[in-house]
Amino acid sequence: MNKRPINLALTTIHFPLPAIISILHRISGVIIFFAIPILLWMLQASLSSASGFYTLQHCMESVTMRFIVWGILSALLYHVVAGVRHLLMDAGFFGSLAAIRLSSKISLIIAIIMILIAGVWIW
Amino acid sequence: MVAAALSLTRSGLRDWIFQRISAVILGLYVLVLLGFFITHSPLTYDQWKAFFHTASMEIFSLMALLSLIVHSWIGVWTVITDYLKPLYLRASAQVLLIAGLALFFAWGLRIIL
Repeated sequence: MNKRPINLALTTIHFPLPAIISILHRISGVIIFFAIPILLWMLQASLSSASGFYTLQHCMESVTMRFIVWGILSALLYHVVAGVRHLLMDAGFFGSLAAIRLSSKISLIIAIIMILIAGVWIW
Repeated sequence: MVAAALSLTRSGLRDWIFQRISAVILGLYVLVLLGFFITHSPLTYDQWKAFFHTASMEIFSLMALLSLIVHSWIGVWTVITDYLKPLYLRASAQVLLIAGLALFFAWGLRIIL
């Protein structure tokens, strides 16, 4: 009955970049939500006492802890960058399709650079 | 609407505004904390404790904690209502969300004060 053409060639359909930016914003937000207890625990340990602080600093030398903190920091940095773009869009910037696409590219590049710098900084 | 009973403000527009106010506060807080960590490396316990317990930092931390609760309530509520369709699943997830946020808020208060 429905004669509309169907394109299910999975190799040719893909999300446009702004859609990817948007879904990553959502995913990074959920990651940060689940990271809240970890961050609160670290904050509590770091402020509890001098020995608590230096024990945490010592823990940060392990590769696992560094990866966890880098992961959380990456989600946070991405979320902030995509959030700033979102606020700028709310304020009326990037009105055209071309500007939307360009701002997606720029915010993705900024986020990747910040995540890499964070990685270098942690190690 | 029943569907919105567990949302923060029960108003889409108010949620939208709250989400942006809390976003700006959280963004500034992240910036200040990262700025401190970058300029104070390696960090000592005394430096960290002194910085965190200045009056202005305590107020800023409380503002950020409140914003974190507001921001994640609205954000996670939206994600739950988008992806969890069966009513009992959705309602349970939202009740868990609110209980979790209450826990984070109380825990955060204890740390900051």
